[in-house]
Amino acid sequence: MTAIIDSGTAPRRATRPTSDKPQRMRKYTADQVPLGSLLLRMLAGLVVLVVFLLPYLIMFFGSVKTKAEIRSVDPTYFPTEWHWENYATMWATPETPLLQNLISTLVISLCATLLVLAVALPAAYYTARFRFRGRLVFLFLVIVTQMVQPAVLTSGLFREFIAIGILDTWVAMILVNAAFNLSFAVWIMHSFFAGIPKEVDEAAQLDGAGTFAVLTKINLPLVWPGIVTAVVFTFVASWNEFAASLVLLTTAGNQPLSVALTKFVGQYETSWHYVFGVSVVAIVPVVILFMAIEKRLVGGLVAGSVK
Amino acid sequence: MKDLLKAVPWIGPAVALIATVVLFPVGLMFWNSTRDISQSGVDDGGVGLANFATVVGFQYFWPILGRTVVWVVVVVACTLIGSLALAALLNKAFPGRRLVRMAVIVPWASSVVMTTLVVHYGLEPYFGIINSFLVDVGLIDTPEGYGWTRHPGTAFAWAMVVAVFVSLPFTTYTILAGLQTVPGETVEAARIDGAGGVRTYFSVVLPQLRGAVSVAVLINIINVFNSLPILKVMTGSIPGYDADTVMTMIFKYMQNQRQIDLASALSVIAFLVVIGIVAIYVRVVRPLEEV
Repeated sequence: MTAIIDSGTAPRRATRPTSDKPQRMRKYTADQVPLGSLLLRMLAGLVVLVVFLLPYLIMFFGSVKTKAEIRSVDPTYFPTEWHWENYATMWATPETPLLQNLISTLVISLCATLLVLAVALPAAYYTARFRFRGRLVFLFLVIVTQMVQPAVLTSGLFREFIAIGILDTWVAMILVNAAFNLSFAVWIMHSFFAGIPKEVDEAAQLDGAGTFAVLTKINLPLVWPGIVTAVVFTFVASWNEFAASLVLLTTAGNQPLSVALTKFVGQYETSWHYVFGVSVVAIVPVVILFMAIEKRLVGGLVAGSVK
Repeated sequence: MKDLLKAVPWIGPAVALIATVVLFPVGLMFWNSTRDISQSGVDDGGVGLANFATVVGFQYFWPILGRTVVWVVVVVACTLIGSLALAALLNKAFPGRRLVRMAVIVPWASSVVMTTLVVHYGLEPYFGIINSFLVDVGLIDTPEGYGWTRHPGTAFAWAMVVAVFVSLPFTTYTILAGLQTVPGETVEAARIDGAGGVRTYFSVVLPQLRGAVSVAVLINIINVFNSLPILKVMTGSIPGYDADTVMTMIFKYMQNQRQIDLASALSVIAFLVVIGIVAIYVRVVRPLEEV
């Protein structure tokens, strides 16, 4: 295990912002691709595109149907009329306070992301820059949390949070989301810090800058892509978290959308058009965030081992 | 020791967070698994391993364990095969490739609950759109469709389909990252030696993907084993225990029966199983060797 953790420099190669796009294109394909196989690839690509978008298209089309249409015995593939007003009326549905659920999702995800950043950034910087006794133990601890997920720990978390009086609060889920996304954030930022030559730091120190100034003025601008990746990943993971929220948040208004929407299942007359409207609102922003970091989606631990 | 003290302000907060939210609950879970805890949460003293005996002695325990194995093996295997094919396609140059890559990200970013909800709706008899499609193309001859989500077997099978679907993006991207490290020269050399595309892929490219594949499989095993939302949505409203995995059973103990001591005991078993799988896997496949 020691060897695994010690070479903190390894992930760097794979996670450095790779601007080898044209090269990557050439790497594997002959320069001249016959038109036939190019068309075949495009056809296969089209099939993949449709398959991956289909559930979300069904969701979107469903969200603008009326309740009568989405529950009609002979269902329509496309809405006969586009009822955009669903996006306004859906928040008042009686099953669950959806507006509060949206606010919960937003507050928990934002705070968890800020907490991860505040905790992981210094740790990633220090472990990448300085050798100290206990460094390996710390990095090992970080790897272990990557292997454990909140779902398997909910019974322990439930009892702990009752004891310290934060069960059914946003604070509980902020802590859980922050803790379980910490390892990814530490690893990806660690690899970016490790990629900056030490001489850069030393030059700044010679000019009289302290450790903190070196971090904020010299390193931060260089590791910016790593920070953005960690932030997006934590935010999206917290946004979608389900298992721990299901147990730790008991009041309807405190629950995030992921938990709230499951209440529609198995109802006598599920308002599917509202379920889908809320889903579209919840999915679009995080998909855009993920697309923005597409190049670095495979990061941290994974990138290091696929090099 | 002095250097450790100097490190405390930098790594201290991270250690504190891991200790409070990961390590402490693990310990508490082990402790609770040996206690008798009432439904209102009062600790009525130690019971040794009685909770484990109750959990394992439950008449559906072994079927649930077997189903969990099927769940993990089938989902991870199908995900891997699908991702290898997808990554091979997305690594080739063609107009519109960027668009297709972006589409593949969508299920990754989206809430698994919401993705499963669409499929659940689609499978409803009478008005579900998947049922309606299957009737339209003639695969089902009852006009109302089939009650996929009403029967544990079919609901579980569809849950596996959804699980593969949402696991594909991460796995595909991991393998794509691996493909980018395959030197073009090795592929060209094979071509010059007269190997066809398929032959080149299996004997030159695939062996070089070992690192990417093993890490993707490891992370998928952990994720799929721990997965709750898909089954919760797809099979959660079916009475009985014929579509449960270890993970959904833990939540049934915790939420439906309010038996936190039994939930803890089963969680401990699940926790040890995960640790065991990871340990064996790391030893055999050595996915982390080069990190």
